[in-house]
Amino acid sequence: MKLLRLAPENTKFGFMRFRRWSYPFSAFMSIVSVVMFIMVGVNFGIDFAGGTLLELRAKSGTADLSTLRRVGDNLGLGHLEVQGFGQPSDVTLRVGLQPGGDPAQQAAVAKLKSAIGDGYEFRRVEVVGPRVSGELVQSGTLGVVVSIFAVLVYLAFRFEWQFAVGAVIATMHDLLLTVGFFSVTHLEFNTTSIAAILTIVGYSLNEAVVVLDRIREVMKKYKRISTADMIDMSINAVLPRTIMTATTVFLALLALVFFGGEVIKSFSLAMMWGIFVGTYSSIFICSPILIYLGVRNETRDAPVNEPKQKPVQTTKATA
Amino acid sequence: MMRFATWKILSILAGTLIAILLVIPSLLPPDLREDVLKHSPSWLPARAIVLGLDLQGGAHVLLEVDANAVTKTQVENLRDDVRRLLREQNVRLTGGVGMQSRGVQLRVPDAAERDKLLPKLQALAAPIGASLTGAVSSFTINQGSDGLIQLTLSDAGINDRVRRAVDQSIEVLRRRVDALGTTEPNIQRVGDDRILVEVPGLQDTQRLKDILGTTAKLEFRLVADPGANPADIEDLPNYKSDSPGTTPVQRQIMVQGEDLTDASPGFEQQTGQPVVNFRFNLRGGQQFGQVTSENVGKRFAIVLDGKVVSAPVIRGAIPGGSGQISGGFTVEEANNLAVLLRAGALPAKLTVVEERTVGPGLGQDSINAGKTAFYVAAALVLTYMITTYGIFGIFADIALAVHILLIFAAMVLLGATLTLPGIAGIVLTIGLAVDANVLIYERIREENHAGRSIISSLDSGFKRAFATIVDSNVTMFVAALILYLFGSGPVRGFAVSLGLGILTSIVTAVTMTRMMIALWYRAKRPTKLPI
Repeated sequence: MKLLRLAPENTKFGFMRFRRWSYPFSAFMSIVSVVMFIMVGVNFGIDFAGGTLLELRAKSGTADLSTLRRVGDNLGLGHLEVQGFGQPSDVTLRVGLQPGGDPAQQAAVAKLKSAIGDGYEFRRVEVVGPRVSGELVQSGTLGVVVSIFAVLVYLAFRFEWQFAVGAVIATMHDLLLTVGFFSVTHLEFNTTSIAAILTIVGYSLNEAVVVLDRIREVMKKYKRISTADMIDMSINAVLPRTIMTATTVFLALLALVFFGGEVIKSFSLAMMWGIFVGTYSSIFICSPILIYLGVRNETRDAPVNEPKQKPVQTTKATA
Repeated sequence: MMRFATWKILSILAGTLIAILLVIPSLLPPDLREDVLKHSPSWLPARAIVLGLDLQGGAHVLLEVDANAVTKTQVENLRDDVRRLLREQNVRLTGGVGMQSRGVQLRVPDAAERDKLLPKLQALAAPIGASLTGAVSSFTINQGSDGLIQLTLSDAGINDRVRRAVDQSIEVLRRRVDALGTTEPNIQRVGDDRILVEVPGLQDTQRLKDILGTTAKLEFRLVADPGANPADIEDLPNYKSDSPGTTPVQRQIMVQGEDLTDASPGFEQQTGQPVVNFRFNLRGGQQFGQVTSENVGKRFAIVLDGKVVSAPVIRGAIPGGSGQISGGFTVEEANNLAVLLRAGALPAKLTVVEERTVGPGLGQDSINAGKTAFYVAAALVLTYMITTYGIFGIFADIALAVHILLIFAAMVLLGATLTLPGIAGIVLTIGLAVDANVLIYERIREENHAGRSIISSLDSGFKRAFATIVDSNVTMFVAALILYLFGSGPVRGFAVSLGLGILTSIVTAVTMTRMMIALWYRAKRPTKLPI
């Protein structure tokens, strides 16, 4: 049977040549992301913004968006967002945080419910008060920061510090670009999106570690060639795996986007973006840093340091 | 590579078998499940996987104890205690006992009386025995000029009180929610001052919120006579919102709801109106009998949470400790009121700070969507692996199937909840589990291309890829762990399945695949690597 190969064999692509382009490009993209986040912001879901979300299904089969809009606007709850999705019978209503604390949110949802009446099935009701949403923002941010820090510590133990720095910078880059992605696409940003971001962090690190692992291995074997060539050699060696894995995860996510339902759509789309940037950054951001940080000199000039790294994979099998 | 101990093979097979047994109950339709479990031997695992509220539908309400109200009650109690002490010790004050936001203050001009009073106050502040949470003195005493004494509640004292209020509230809420007759409600403390109530399958959240949010403090007070001292009178609003206005009642509480032993909804015999029948314990019954006998012809107000439910005229002494509350209720209102009175009063008001309800229709849709996505993703990945790696791809696919099986089995075993983001997490681990196999296979190819023999390529492929797999999975696992620690609700569900998926993928993708390849090698003795 002829097997499918997506990645070409034995590539000798000069990835490191692009570092003069990739850094300015990524810096630019990161800045654009930050500017977008500040200027446009992201579409915070009620988890973070607070407020009330109702998901309705019209019993008649077709939701009357304009009537719902009119009914809602007359309640004096501020701007009412009415949005159809999926089938014509399905609609979500959203009102922002009401002034007056937690009881005011409860009063708002009661008002909405009675105004909408019996023509609709209430499929989902979510009310998040002002304090809870603030805490969700806090715990979400904390989760991201702490996880990056924890991973940094782990990597610093397992690799030389330059590797840890490279992986973390690449991860930060992916994080920024993902925030930019949410800002540009206006996908709803909620607690599930935090899960997506953390998974992207995980995936991005996963990619970086696989590449770095190989670089470390090659570094020990070839002492003569330049750092850039050595990194190129490593990346080319893991390239088939990178393409293969990215494709499988992408396929799984594709299934989630098309069949997973509305709730996890934004999660899946963000993850897809994460695979792209994660793969890109592990090659073009994480690895070239080693050239700038001079990882090579240290190991060559001070070979005494080497045994500190426990040689996990040096057990050579006899041919 | 060639040596793969028989015990290892057997334990992998046994593990897989156990996992299958664990997962079977979850795959059966609910009605069939009951039937099968009844007839299966008792040593078989009989638990189905727990579905999150987002999948099975239900209500999730996060309540917060009003710490201010708790503090206020505490200040009032402190004031009453101090007044009692003053009476007992015959101490004279300038002015009364003043209430502040966090304590009380009083002025005792006479130094001798002050010296007499202070130790008593100290004793009041001392904790009653050393509790499990450690000794917490509830307030501090400060002396100012002109005999000023300030009693200020301490933070620790207030926190301790709030904690106890939460514990007590959980008990009361449990009794109330149980009375709704729903299956397996989950009521638990969250943080210091919050309570999470999850009721699967419940749709009518308004009723739930009514039941959760009512303090249900019941009091019986006499309606004030027209000429009474205004200081002894309180104007209380009417309970039913459609009958506005207030009723003047005496401040003094004649009988308290604490003494109720039972309450049940019923109908008044003459009018057929829904009412609530109640019964007092001995003490309450005696008080009730005494008050009614002494006040025949007067109106007796039934006060619930500071609102007057009704104020019937006392026609005669009511001995025996049972009575009736009528107030133009609907049947449902009478039902609710009976539930609330039976369960007892909350120590403080609870505020709803977060509410999430998923209707059963949406839950079922989500399950279906999740299933479809799962099957499609699995089919795509499995096919892709076979087309890329041939026979090795089949090995990887078998390992993947076991990997997913193990995740579900672990979730059943741990009693973890499967949520929609959890399904997303599992779909994602499919991709990651495959990554481990890909790393191994690509390494084997590489070693083989570099000129190694087949057996040596297989061996070093596994060995060298393993270090990478561990590194990359540990970083991912760290992320999942932190997600679990800091996340809440659905994010936690996601973290659980992701974390479990990473753990099981190391077992299946590395050990199982290795076993299969070893067996295959022994049987086939190939001269060329098939990848």
